[in-house]
Amino acid sequence: MSAQTADLAIVGGGLIGVWTAFFLARRGQRVTLIEKGVVGEQSSGVNFGNLRLQGRFPGQYPLSLRSQALWEDFDALIGEDCEFEQTGHLYLAYDEEEHAKLEGYATVSESYGLAIERVGPADLRRRWPWLGERAVAATFSARDATANPRLATPAVARAAARQGATILENSRVTTVDREGDGFSLTLADGSRISCGALVNCAGAWAPEIAERFGETAPVFPAGPPQFVTEPFPYQIEPSVQAIDGSVIFRQIPRGNIILAGYPRTAADPQANRAPVPPVKTLAAMRALARVAPMLAQCHVIRVWSGIEAYLPDMIPVIGPSGTTPGLFHAFGFCGHGFQIGPGVGLCLSEMILDGETPTPLTPFAITRFRTAATVSEKFKKEFD
Amino acid sequence: MERSQAQFRRVARRRGPPVTLSFDGVSIRATAGDSVLAALLENGALARRLEFGGEPRAGFCLMGACQDCWVWSATGGRIRACTTPVNEGMELFAEPRGMAGAHD
Amino acid sequence: MTEIVIIGAGPAGISAAELLVANGLKPILIDEGMRAGGQGYRRPADDLTLDMTKLMGSEAARYAALHARFAVLRSQIDYRPQTLVWAIDGQRLHLLRDGRAETLDWDKLLIASGAMDRIAPLPGWAMPGVFTLGGAQVALKDQGCLIGSRVAFLGSSPLLTLAAKQYRAMGAEIAVIADTTPFSAKLAAMPALLGAPRTLLRGLWYMAEALRGGIPMLHGVTPVAVEGDGRVEALVLSDGSGRERRFACDAIALGYGLKPETQLADIAGAEFAYDPDFRLFLPKIDGFGRARPGLYLAGDGVRIGGVDAAEASGALAAHAVLSDLGRTQDIAAIRSLARRVTRLRDFQRGLARAFAWPREQIAALPDPVTLCRCENVTIGEVRAAMAKALGPVEVNRVKAMTRCGMGRCQGRVCGPALQEIVAAGTGHGGEAAGRLRGQAPVKPIALAAAEEPA
Repeated sequence: MSAQTADLAIVGGGLIGVWTAFFLARRGQRVTLIEKGVVGEQSSGVNFGNLRLQGRFPGQYPLSLRSQALWEDFDALIGEDCEFEQTGHLYLAYDEEEHAKLEGYATVSESYGLAIERVGPADLRRRWPWLGERAVAATFSARDATANPRLATPAVARAAARQGATILENSRVTTVDREGDGFSLTLADGSRISCGALVNCAGAWAPEIAERFGETAPVFPAGPPQFVTEPFPYQIEPSVQAIDGSVIFRQIPRGNIILAGYPRTAADPQANRAPVPPVKTLAAMRALARVAPMLAQCHVIRVWSGIEAYLPDMIPVIGPSGTTPGLFHAFGFCGHGFQIGPGVGLCLSEMILDGETPTPLTPFAITRFRTAATVSEKFKKEFD
Repeated sequence: MERSQAQFRRVARRRGPPVTLSFDGVSIRATAGDSVLAALLENGALARRLEFGGEPRAGFCLMGACQDCWVWSATGGRIRACTTPVNEGMELFAEPRGMAGAHD
Repeated sequence: MTEIVIIGAGPAGISAAELLVANGLKPILIDEGMRAGGQGYRRPADDLTLDMTKLMGSEAARYAALHARFAVLRSQIDYRPQTLVWAIDGQRLHLLRDGRAETLDWDKLLIASGAMDRIAPLPGWAMPGVFTLGGAQVALKDQGCLIGSRVAFLGSSPLLTLAAKQYRAMGAEIAVIADTTPFSAKLAAMPALLGAPRTLLRGLWYMAEALRGGIPMLHGVTPVAVEGDGRVEALVLSDGSGRERRFACDAIALGYGLKPETQLADIAGAEFAYDPDFRLFLPKIDGFGRARPGLYLAGDGVRIGGVDAAEASGALAAHAVLSDLGRTQDIAAIRSLARRVTRLRDFQRGLARAFAWPREQIAALPDPVTLCRCENVTIGEVRAAMAKALGPVEVNRVKAMTRCGMGRCQGRVCGPALQEIVAAGTGHGGEAAGRLRGQAPVKPIALAAAEEPA
């Protein structure tokens, strides 16, 4: 079978993989990206499409803000539209305890230079008349945005290909071996790829590669159930989230309301299945009708999900391998990888080619799992 | 052709009591047991306007499969015209109220 | 107790329920419709003064017989009309009744979900006044209405002439009966159609009679456009000799045979395989209609076969249920039913050649033609998406990029045509084009349905 040589091979054609391929190819590297299905098939293509800045893990702000600048420049950078809309993001609190939590998030966000607007009960329904009576306070971040996940990942893959990257779809990696200072990959069709450096962004399937090189991370595969309604007159501009996690929704200018369901549902990466239990559809419908009562007669027309990787501390693995020079990991984005995807791709390209990146990524080292992992409060809440 | 001219032509009478409803503010007479769509199309050739561009639609499959005959009630309710029987006093609209003509 | 649930109160579901009742069981029969009988044989409303004998001719007696049987059956089963099964989660059905969500657990599930018209788009087909052929018959039987006063029948199906005949009997003017399959192809398929059931013989008979009655009856047409300003004014065709002809009309009935409504079978876990004769992905079943343990599929909802096959396959699937419950079976009766189902369905396979799905015509449709009515996606948009590097190679990728098939109907209407546009674009054939998967909710459900009772 055929053998090719590349400077770099990337395993996994999700958003992280294609952005990494794009930035590396743009700097003249010979890049081969290998995807077992089609690009953007799993969480990259099926997620809610939130480019949320407020309320993120504090250590992630430098990366997040760098990434948002890339999203804001998407059309010029990639040469295609991905329905990027700077809609702003509205965080709702239903009681005083939640209000205090919102205030805590806002203080952190502001310390990183994000503008957060605090909205009291009197202004809530004046500004957003579709809101029900429940919310007592909210914060609004105008720089937060949304984009269409179905369009973004394939568009970036096409841009990477235009920069010279090779994108192999429907290609499964069967073996990965050390070969001198580099790596040797065998694909399911028997072909081989030799490369100098290897980027592992295989999502829920990433631990298989990490384990090949004597390290791992306790990945839990799950699917975020997503729902969409029929088109309704457009009036909900911001992306909206209740801080208790009960509801996340946004309306696109076409009129459809996209709704994310919680808790998430365990998925099966071997069978490639991420089911949406009907009880979750009903729970999400109830939650939306409570926060926006005027939508009671709006009909849900479709549901979907895809497999994404979670880690117990609810932050991803990003950075070099702890065991093997030339191997880099970026996986386990715990349901918030869409916003930071471009930034992660850029940082990885810098790490690989320059040996360092100006963006602090220490909290995301894979080596943190050498000792007992901390389990985030959030992790417990996210799943059934 | 005139939009007000009927699309459907009734060839079998219904024995039920008369029902009055309205569509886009115009009063329509029907008979209990009629589907909303039959009532609308006996009085015109429009059930709804497409959300994307506003082109007229008047249903298609007539059996609850194509979902192309959902009309709006006065209170923002959604009614699939081909599978919903008429009710006295129904106020129906081809577009959500206050949104007529607002298309991208 | 073993809970046996049948979805669909058409000829297949009714026949299955009858056999189960005859064996001392009490199945639950769920139906979306208000009255039993299914789309083709729905019981007319009592208050509609419709002359069924005039409308149905020789079929009227059969019609009456089915409803007489159902009247007897009704008290012996748990009949739940106006109930939508919107999701299936393992052994649990999720229902919507009176605007409220509820659940029902099953041990044996028999789905007889029926069929709808298979549609090929043409320029202007989304205009008011264009309806499905099946819809044209439903309007008449359910509502006592003709879809227009002067009606054109377009597509490829023996039912075109059958419906035109009914329409004429009820006082409609017939503008034209236009079939896209050339007459020569129909003649070539004739040997395979010997032993035809009554429906087809009637269709062919009416074809001849239509010609005698002065109704233009064209074979091998290429549809050009529906003309009109906001509603149908004419159907323009290119006839078999390539001459363009315009038929003034105020309604068009459009149908290219039927396609099974397989969404529920899909979410119940049936596997699918491509059928090259029908050019559709259909659920895999054994000779009795078993799709997987506990799941049985019958009637036009799994294989198009017509009313006779629906009744026989419903009874056959019920025999499979009984057999799987360990009941002793009448082997001779089962064999006879199985032979009947096979013969009738094979016959439909022959019909699929005599009344061909016009895939070349679909592939040649111009870019501006609407493909997805729900999301307003044109054929050109689908082609443009496919032309991109790393573009879509199968229907689900086209769907993700263009929203084609993503709307309220979930691709029920555009799916078969989308498959042909993709197949023609890739050159890999219909099977490689893939299939749009059925998903819950199989029909739209209002947020209010999820409210818990106060």
